[in-house]
Amino acid sequence: MLQLALFFVFGTIAVAAAVNLLVQRHPINSALSLIVVMASLAALFLLMGAEFLAAIQVIVYAGAIMVLFVFVIMLLNAGEEERTTGSRVAKLLGFPAVALLASLLGWTLLTSNPHPAPVGLSGRFVGSPTAIAQLLFRDFLLPFEVTSVLILIAIMGAVVLASPAGTATGPGTPEPPTKREG
Amino acid sequence: MVPISYYLVLSAILFSLGVVGFLIKRNLITLFMSIELMLNAVNLAFVAFAWQWKSLNGQVFVFFVMVVAAAEAAVGLAIIIAVFRTRETLNVDRVNLLKL
Repeated sequence: MLQLALFFVFGTIAVAAAVNLLVQRHPINSALSLIVVMASLAALFLLMGAEFLAAIQVIVYAGAIMVLFVFVIMLLNAGEEERTTGSRVAKLLGFPAVALLASLLGWTLLTSNPHPAPVGLSGRFVGSPTAIAQLLFRDFLLPFEVTSVLILIAIMGAVVLASPAGTATGPGTPEPPTKREG
Repeated sequence: MVPISYYLVLSAILFSLGVVGFLIKRNLITLFMSIELMLNAVNLAFVAFAWQWKSLNGQVFVFFVMVVAAAEAAVGLAIIIAVFRTRETLNVDRVNLLKL
């Protein structure tokens, strides 16, 4: 009963913050709304026994990734979103398509009855760091190592892309764009 | 106990909101945040299924999704900085040329 109440509280907060993300026109407000969504999702993770993931959600997602977003927003001095007229096709087809997607997803998830027999361990189910680490370093060792290569490539890509043109690149780079047209 | 379908419907709602944001927003950074919202909705579904089946594999998968999302955020924000440096705008409607 308490779990149901907590689910509704945090689910409502998550949906409200997600709607706020769409409504706000300034990107910094959207970023703060997204942090609220992630924090309430971390609470929902805790409700489902995913302790380690809840901590990681707060530290990595709401912490590191969103700090990166806010940092870029500040760096680029991003102001209010400009209002531009979208195409009529997007307005006429886009919103019914999204409504169709949402209703289809909801209908599928509600009507399909997953076989409720739990497999594996029974009783209290907790995704503790120990259990996750045992899986991660035994069964999923190869994917784990591949992600380390992925992160290395991402670091190099981010450094090359974000550095000013001509400083971090080798010979044969084009002239840095000095004047803009239009 | 909360039925798993509640979690899945919440996940579907959040995912649809992310799709809507990706379609209607015009700021590059906000578009990126909509993608993060969709990834979070998928993570919620993963954790719900892991809880339903009492199997930790779903949680490990969420871990990998977070790693990929972090890498994607780093590279994507670097691309946004590069776009802003050459075009001096964050409006996706003005970013319509591959080569300046």
